[in-house]
Amino acid sequence: MTGPALDAVDRVLAELPETPAVWCSGLRKRYRRQTAVDGVSFTVGRGEVLGLLGPNGAGKTSVIKILLGLVRPDAGEVLLLGRPARDPRSRARVGYLPELFRYQPWLTATEVLDLHVRLSGAAVPAAERRECLALVGLADRARDRVGGFSKGMQQRLGLAVALVARPEFVVLDEPTSALDPLGRADVRDLLLSLKDRNVAVLLNSHLIGEVERVCDRVVILDKGRVAASGTLPELLGRRELRLRLDGVGPDAEARLAAAGALTRSGDAFTVTLPAEDDAAIVPALVADLVRLGVRVHAVEPGRISLEERLLDILRAGDTEEHP
Amino acid sequence: MTARIVLTVAALTLHEAGRRRVVRSLAVLMVALLALSAWGFSLLDAEFGTFTSGESKMAASTVLNLVMFGLSLIAALGTAFLAGPTLAGETESGIALAVLARPVRRSAVLVGKWLGLVTFGSAFVILAGAAEFVVVRSTVGYWPPDPVAGLALLAAQTTALLTLGLLLSTVISPMASGIVSVGLFCATWIAGVVGGVGAIFDNESLARVGTVSQVMLPTDGLWRGAMYAFQDPSLLALAGSPAEGHPFLSQAPLTGAYLAWAGFWVVGVLTLAALSFQRRDL
Repeated sequence: MTGPALDAVDRVLAELPETPAVWCSGLRKRYRRQTAVDGVSFTVGRGEVLGLLGPNGAGKTSVIKILLGLVRPDAGEVLLLGRPARDPRSRARVGYLPELFRYQPWLTATEVLDLHVRLSGAAVPAAERRECLALVGLADRARDRVGGFSKGMQQRLGLAVALVARPEFVVLDEPTSALDPLGRADVRDLLLSLKDRNVAVLLNSHLIGEVERVCDRVVILDKGRVAASGTLPELLGRRELRLRLDGVGPDAEARLAAAGALTRSGDAFTVTLPAEDDAAIVPALVADLVRLGVRVHAVEPGRISLEERLLDILRAGDTEEHP
Repeated sequence: MTARIVLTVAALTLHEAGRRRVVRSLAVLMVALLALSAWGFSLLDAEFGTFTSGESKMAASTVLNLVMFGLSLIAALGTAFLAGPTLAGETESGIALAVLARPVRRSAVLVGKWLGLVTFGSAFVILAGAAEFVVVRSTVGYWPPDPVAGLALLAAQTTALLTLGLLLSTVISPMASGIVSVGLFCATWIAGVVGGVGAIFDNESLARVGTVSQVMLPTDGLWRGAMYAFQDPSLLALAGSPAEGHPFLSQAPLTGAYLAWAGFWVVGVLTLAALSFQRRDL
């Protein structure tokens, strides 16, 4: 196909309604004799936060680099924001914080952002760039050289770089690896604010709690393959409700048992709720308990933790391979 | 859009050279070389009383070429060791990851780096060379016959070497690429001298060593062209043709064909570097 014909294809692709932020299919990559990525396919919808989980060496970073055109796949296709990933323009609205984050040490934080705005081709006014630095807590270091920054500060700068050019899709590879607990909480808030602004996020993190709190969907990679994927309720299945109550009479206990299988130890009650997400169940149960004269100290919805589920999936994968 | 990326990266490369104190260390080296040569030339001038005018021109030309060789060596070392780290170092350290994930073609980033380095290397060679001419003029009263062409050829020599450094840095580590390109630069110079010796003794295969190496890596050929532009033309007319086989005198100007080849060589090596960089997994 010639250039204009390809452009026409691109235009048609770009104009399709609701193209996902990422669509990839059948990605494969071998490094010499080691298969890093083996038939990975998934989609990240617009405004969706997708968590990428898996043990070390599962191929998470390789998948991310393939999406961004940093690594050439041996096979497979990638569409980024509706454009084929081999076209650099597909990355115009993409922000990226690499796992190995380093920025030109001879530049100041402001200059690094200026550089990335120029490279992205976006028109971002200086005030907005300053805001972006303030957002990651670097407002007072804007004029300092990056060479003097700590690891944590460089990672914060990396977040600012990923966010500065008004991205529609942000890839964060281990975004909190160098951050203190306060920094991690900041990143969580940042992720939630991106979600509010309908920015799609691909999050690779070892901190499962982090993923569980912010991700809409999760893809679990193991040995280069997708071991499991789905929304959190889909992956985690049953939910539980843990309550701390006193003054529980037989009526109240019957009401609790009606909501789901009940276990009791002292004043701690655990009700296993049905898998489907019915938002009305818990408030109705609490209202009924109060009417029955129960004093409610704590109500805590819980799931099987993602960590437990992840370990189950990975162990199952191991036993399948070595029966 | 590509032009904007090329210019942005070229400006960034110049910025890096300035901030990383490359400029300052090169300036110190340059001043040291100029001061030494000024001292040397003034000593030479004191001896000129006993020289014939031919001998004094010969001495001034030779010493000027020697000093310019030192200068081109500094430029070669400086740019080769800047070209390596600037590309290979950035891919190793991870700086390139964030840059290349932007909507940029890798070839545009590479050409931008190259342009920045060429600007930097050429500016250094031209400034330092012009300063040296002034030193020679004020000490022994010698002015090269074709200073503009000479400096342009010296800048072209620097460009050829740093283009090679850039190609090497897309395939091997930054330090190795600097060492290999400087090593090749010196080897070609020695091969050029060997070829000159071969020409004196009418040894064809020895002479061919110089010719082949000057085609493979045009730094030495361009350097010989630059020397020709710096030395006094009457030297070649002197009896015994002292230029033949002399490492710091050149016998003939460059041919148009050789200049075209050098240009083609630079473009070819840069294209290879772009292809190699394009295919590289980061």
